Amino acid sequence: MSTFLGIPRKHAAQEESPLRGTLPFPKAARKELANGQLRRNLAHATSVIRTKRAQVVDEMPDWEALRDAGAATKTQVMSNLPALLEQFEANVIARGGVVHWATDAQEANRIVTDLVRAQGVDEVIKVKSMATQEIGLNEYLEDNGIAAVETDLAELIVQLGHDKPSHILVPAIHRNRTEVRDIFLAEMADAPADLTDEPRRLAMAAREHLRRKFLRSKVAISGTNFGIAETGTIGVVESEGNGRMCVTLPDTLITVMGIEKILPTFTDLEVFLQLLPRSSTGERMNPYTSLWTGVTPGDGPQNFHLILLDNGRTNALADQVGRAALHCIRCSACLNVCPVYERTGGHAYGSVYPGPIGAVLTPQLTGMHGHGDVNSTLPYASSLCGACYDVCPVKIPIPDLLVELRGRAVDADRGRTIPGGWDAAMKAASWIMSNPTRFAAVEKGLAAGRLVAGKDQKIKHLPFPGSAWTHSKDMPAPPKQTFRQWWKQTHPDTDQPGGPA
Amino acid sequence: MSSRDAVLNRIRAALAADTAPPPPIPRDYIRVGDNPPGSPPVLELMVDRLIDYKAVVREVTPDQLADAIDDALTGSRSVVIAQDLDPDLAAAAARSNRTVTIDGNPAVLTPAELDSIDAVITTAKVGIALSGTITLDGGPGQGRRAITLVPDFHLIVLHADQIVQTVPEAIARLDPLRPLTMIAGPSATSDIELERVEGVHGPRTLYVLIVG
Repeated sequence: MSTFLGIPRKHAAQEESPLRGTLPFPKAARKELANGQLRRNLAHATSVIRTKRAQVVDEMPDWEALRDAGAATKTQVMSNLPALLEQFEANVIARGGVVHWATDAQEANRIVTDLVRAQGVDEVIKVKSMATQEIGLNEYLEDNGIAAVETDLAELIVQLGHDKPSHILVPAIHRNRTEVRDIFLAEMADAPADLTDEPRRLAMAAREHLRRKFLRSKVAISGTNFGIAETGTIGVVESEGNGRMCVTLPDTLITVMGIEKILPTFTDLEVFLQLLPRSSTGERMNPYTSLWTGVTPGDGPQNFHLILLDNGRTNALADQVGRAALHCIRCSACLNVCPVYERTGGHAYGSVYPGPIGAVLTPQLTGMHGHGDVNSTLPYASSLCGACYDVCPVKIPIPDLLVELRGRAVDADRGRTIPGGWDAAMKAASWIMSNPTRFAAVEKGLAAGRLVAGKDQKIKHLPFPGSAWTHSKDMPAPPKQTFRQWWKQTHPDTDQPGGPA
Repeated sequence: MSSRDAVLNRIRAALAADTAPPPPIPRDYIRVGDNPPGSPPVLELMVDRLIDYKAVVREVTPDQLADAIDDALTGSRSVVIAQDLDPDLAAAAARSNRTVTIDGNPAVLTPAELDSIDAVITTAKVGIALSGTITLDGGPGQGRRAITLVPDFHLIVLHADQIVQTVPEAIARLDPLRPLTMIAGPSATSDIELERVEGVHGPRTLYVLIVG
């Protein structure tokens, strides 16, 4: 049976997508782990933000009550989604907005492109948005001759660096100041020649670079943090003012919103406007929150288009367990506390949604298509330490979901005719453990393992197939004697453990 | 089938297996603070939070307001205001030979014109002490959203009784159909090594006069 172990399985070809990388997580992680600079940048950034979050959460005596309200609201939203979406749509239209629906990324991208073309422009400004990252909007627009300019500082760094975002909230978290300066000098045509790596100088260079674009742009594209069904109100939460620039100065605003971003009532903002900033940036409130309802005559964009996006969300919704992943409000608190994220960084996950929530949400959105699908490896990208659940403002049980998805990934493989190493090992263990004589014989043999262990009583290298384990982890040396041997020695009057005293 | 129907049908199918209604939303978080709007503890908290966000804050009596406005605008040569700003505030802004431009009278300013103006003075709708947040709703004295965004210096005149303790108290005072802007300190970024830098695209200075 062991002769089958090394045979590679057929890898299913998967469509390229911002939700799917090219390497399985363990391979991608190993590559990223070799980058010491990345790990130092991440360790610094995540520890800063962890500390800030803990401080502003600790000062809230009703934090747990807010989490409970947030979680219950999201549960209600999911169960009442069709009615809430219809109510939301009707209110946006009643206030002068135009509503479009998109079943997938392709359809959403096409709608945006047509709307931009109708305005006769070939450049648009963008507010940082996970929904537009998820559908690959910038690339699609570029293929259609439209330049999409990211205006969030971190997104600008990523865009100018021909890079991919690696964090939901701080997309350039993997870059340090020196790297940012080098990117600006190389890629930003109007960067001052004497630019230093001081964050203030870098931010001011971005301000100058984007100012003219803000003041002359005719079309802006945003995502949204909340859509209020009761009123048709949309909310964007940000810090730099680039969001305010985009949602108020141009004539036309196009907003892409995942269908799960609905909140039932305006009053619900009292919960989420407390949970979100403290969980995400570790601030009591982010500097700017913009809320608008349709079109306000004489103030802000006079053409407002809203695109309601499915793109896998209904798949996730249909899944009783995975539905909880749709509760996510994209605060990224779970990334900042995750020991796996802190070491591998966001790129290893291959999805625009990295970290613990990404490991749940990504396979839910795309589906897991068997062993050959890299997204089937994401549920294993966790130590299951539970820190992600502790910080989640809407109490998504991320570790439970990861365990459930792991079970499914294993189940999906059961139909294979060629057994994998895991199946073979389990079958062998089952044969040995089902018979006391066999088990005792194997136990005795284990003591030989002490011979290969080092002075620290750790086995570091085993021959194949044991190497599959020792390649990534040490193994403790077996004890000098088995439990049965110890029992015999200390209880000479009895035959076997558990027998009559 | 339209995409709208396709998405809604998928959602309905996804929910078809649901039998039990979801539990009600527990609302036992703090909705109303211990202290009434404008009371000394609320004002103290507001000032503390605003300063923590690098806003400049001064508490003044109604008599001191005009001088305080003139003082705050030292260094600004031009100011933009909404048409319906209180004439006393407008007159204070015009002191020291400052140019005061009224947005919409005679014409609505273009973004480029706004960019050439140093400062803006507005009132506000509500202040939240717990989170150091001030909300504008385009009401009297506040004007369009653009005028508080493009100039580099934003002076807000807030009355003590407009400042509430908690976020829920503030949300209850807002009209969702108005364009709302919530402001907590000046524009800021933490995108480079999580080091906070005040002043990116929005006003680099937020100056708050609390009148009580």
